[in-house]
Amino acid sequence: MSIIEIIVFLPLLAALAVGLGSPARFTALGASGLVLLLSLVTAIQFSTSVEGTYQFVSSRTLLEIAGFPKLSLAFGLDGMSLVLLLLSAIVLIAAVMVAPKENAIKGSARLYYISLLLIAGGAIGAFCSTDLFFLYAFHELALIPTFLMIGIFGHGENRVRTAWTITIFLGVGSLILLVGLILAVSSLGATTFDIASIITLAKTPETAMSPDMQGWVFLLLFIGFGILVSLFPFHSWAAPAYAEAPTPVAMLHAGVLKKFGLYGLIRLALPLAPVGAEKWLNLVLILLIGNILYIGLVTIAQKRLDRMLGYSSVMHMGYVFLGIAAGNHIGLSGAVLLMFAHGISIALLFALSGWMREQFGTLDFDKLGGIAKPLPKLGLIFGFGVFASLGLPGFANFAAEIEIFFGAFAGEGETMTWIRWATVGALWGVVISAVYMLRAYRNIFLGPLPKKLATPADLDWSMRVPLILLVATLVAVGFVPELLNQYIRPAINGILLVTPG
Amino acid sequence: MPVYYLEIIVVALGLVMLMVDAFVKLEDKRSIAWIGMLGLVVVFALLFKVKWPESTEGAFWQFYSSGDRLALFFKGIAVLTTLIVLVMAVDYAPTVVAQTANPEPGAHRQAGLGEFFALPMFACAGLMWMASANNLVSIFVSLETVTIAFYIMVAYLRRNVGSLEAGVKYLILGALSTGFLVYGFAWLFGITGSMQLSEIATALAKPGVNPTMALFAFGLIFVALAFKVGAAPFHLWIPDVYQGAPTPITAFLSVGSKAAGFIVMLRLVTPFLASPALVGKVTIVLTVVAILTLLVGNLAALPQKNFKRLLAYSSIAHAGFLVMALASSPPAGGSISMTPATVIAFYLGAYLLMTLLAFLVMTTLRTKIAGEELDSFRGLAKRSPFLAFAMLVAMASLAGIPLTAGFLGKVFVFKLAVEAQQWTLLVFGLIGASAGFYYYLKIAASMYLSEPGKDSDVSAIPVSPLAKITMILLMIVIILAGFNPGVILGLFA
Repeated sequence: MSIIEIIVFLPLLAALAVGLGSPARFTALGASGLVLLLSLVTAIQFSTSVEGTYQFVSSRTLLEIAGFPKLSLAFGLDGMSLVLLLLSAIVLIAAVMVAPKENAIKGSARLYYISLLLIAGGAIGAFCSTDLFFLYAFHELALIPTFLMIGIFGHGENRVRTAWTITIFLGVGSLILLVGLILAVSSLGATTFDIASIITLAKTPETAMSPDMQGWVFLLLFIGFGILVSLFPFHSWAAPAYAEAPTPVAMLHAGVLKKFGLYGLIRLALPLAPVGAEKWLNLVLILLIGNILYIGLVTIAQKRLDRMLGYSSVMHMGYVFLGIAAGNHIGLSGAVLLMFAHGISIALLFALSGWMREQFGTLDFDKLGGIAKPLPKLGLIFGFGVFASLGLPGFANFAAEIEIFFGAFAGEGETMTWIRWATVGALWGVVISAVYMLRAYRNIFLGPLPKKLATPADLDWSMRVPLILLVATLVAVGFVPELLNQYIRPAINGILLVTPG
Repeated sequence: MPVYYLEIIVVALGLVMLMVDAFVKLEDKRSIAWIGMLGLVVVFALLFKVKWPESTEGAFWQFYSSGDRLALFFKGIAVLTTLIVLVMAVDYAPTVVAQTANPEPGAHRQAGLGEFFALPMFACAGLMWMASANNLVSIFVSLETVTIAFYIMVAYLRRNVGSLEAGVKYLILGALSTGFLVYGFAWLFGITGSMQLSEIATALAKPGVNPTMALFAFGLIFVALAFKVGAAPFHLWIPDVYQGAPTPITAFLSVGSKAAGFIVMLRLVTPFLASPALVGKVTIVLTVVAILTLLVGNLAALPQKNFKRLLAYSSIAHAGFLVMALASSPPAGGSISMTPATVIAFYLGAYLLMTLLAFLVMTTLRTKIAGEELDSFRGLAKRSPFLAFAMLVAMASLAGIPLTAGFLGKVFVFKLAVEAQQWTLLVFGLIGASAGFYYYLKIAASMYLSEPGKDSDVSAIPVSPLAKITMILLMIVIILAGFNPGVILGLFA
């Protein structure tokens, strides 16, 4: 067993153990603690001087028959997957800590924790897989647990409907993705599902796909991954799902699982079909501007904190798409860094909004107000979340967004290309997110305290620990982006290598 | 041991069971099923031991395809299906007794139960023979053995109108399709002058073959086979018969009969696909049928409210994916893709596991919940987390969620379609698969997301140890095969 195999299978085995009767919360906490610990160990041992290859690799061949690519249960990390593994581990442990105690759960506590562990296990498995088949399959592992979690433990009258919406959207997205992947594997004539070998084939001029085929493959992958990331106009599942999902699920889904689509675009779509990516660049730009500006305006119009956060998380995906569209070193690094930063900050905000819903019974802006005075600690931490989310310097999000904008605007000459116009448009997104985030903060925390509002006790330690963990991560990466950039740089170099090997 | 001993053993087992039923005084006739189950376990083990004939051996062997692991695999499917059907039948026995008991004084209170366990054995022998039949005569005889056993089994609950109606429908349409088959065989014999499949293939591949006559024969044969496997537009009997037949028999029809139908279809269609003069038109027919079947099965399943009807349409939908594989035969001229035969065999293996698991749960539940409507599954997750989870695994696999066997089946089919460049077919396959997400998860939603009805029973549901062990084994294999398809593929590839 390599260390990565242990990390991947720990949450799954923990889910099995809970199913067979071990204490749910205790097991989940133990497993996620171990996952975090082991991920940190891999991060420390990770060699940043190696470019373009996976480390900690392990591979077990499962199937080798004529006519079907070799299938192996293979794991490994490069800098990008390491960063996402760290993200998953941090959000997972925070989510498990935030999750209610067994006796506070209406319904089966076992099912609750099993689903939570499976969702996280799926994400971790997807990020660590170096085999295309398992990269895809692990992501889908989260589909049914999410469906059950939102449908059973969600909030609000519409939760069953919402559960259906997210499941159908993600299911169909995954199918489109599947066809794109099969098309790529078949037309490259790959004899293995090993991602590195497939990409080598795609980069070798003799075996690369024809430009037409690349166009199709990229389009299918872009739409498929795009649906998973709530790309405009396929975003309508996201905000209601996050608003109505139980808090830990919203944290894991918006924070971690959604990053899978972006990861896939960088890991697979760009290297497999570079010509296709160029061909569809303008479509990508139009859609991402839709994400940033249109969804940004929709976010401003929201009247409830959880829905606003849901839309804001859709909107911020636009920046990552911009970084990917830039396709150069700095843009892609920024995209990966923003995936991490956004994951942590949105998990923080969802954890807080979940706690507030529990305590106040409502998240409507017009029913809340002035609670910073009685609840100063909540006000402080929420403030951190807000500032991080709108990309204030000193937080990881700032470092990431700056890189993306530089990357997207980069290039010689002074002509305004499409992508430069898109960047100019996207910059306005920063203003938009400042508007809605600060307005939300003002509505909830400042001003007069409504008379009817009963104020609960401030955050206790069981909440403070996970929140401080998240805030500390944001600040640490914000001040020293090099903490993560040292891993991202070689990984992006490897991905951008034109010649194979 | 020569391979045809297996069929003889199974028939003998069936006869022993009938004799025991007639002459041994048994308090509880359910023990007859145990004879069958133990016997089938032995037969299943023997499958790995049998030897194939030398080509020089004569007489009996001409009815057998030789050295064919695919045939062995399908024999395994037949045996396994029958075994699990017997497990279900044991749980289902009270219903059979209630519908067939002899009211006269002095009669055994379980009169009529013994045959219910013995009949599947004869069907099983027929299915096994069908798997290796390679001669028009043996194909026809084995197919009829199976069908006639099914006529009786479908109508077995003689005091239940639904069961009788299903029996009559199956009988009439089945007889009609048999007519098509015989007529098609006659044409085929007329064109090629042979009953032997290998010789038919050679004759069809010759440039001199008359395409009109050959296609006419193909059309007749394909109608009959499409009826057997439930491909549109010959699927109309499926929902009614599935709903009316006793649940274990529905499972048997849905898995055993379909699997055998597909191996025969494979063997009969392959010579046509190998003939340069015919392949184009035959592929068009297959493609059209696949598209129709995918659409009918998946779209008609969407609004269903009865569990058995839903599974009936689901079985049509899966037939659609299987015909899709057949229609995606790789273009001639050395391609590296898998053969449709491999894909179909894997798909059916996976289909067996998940469908039987679903029916097994259904049989266990049948006496404990209000009916077969989806609404009667409401709140099942609270009453019996184990059964709900088993059903969830079955549904996830049927829907094709990754890391279950069902997903790999679909991947193989899609890959085949991509390599054969059947783009239209691929699009319809996608539509079908997306619809599948909805109607399979509908059952999960009913079990997990809805509260039980107001005055419904909420007591825990007992599961017999035998059924429980079988369910656990099926679930393990489904997930294991989802990680590693070699678990199934290794048996024949």
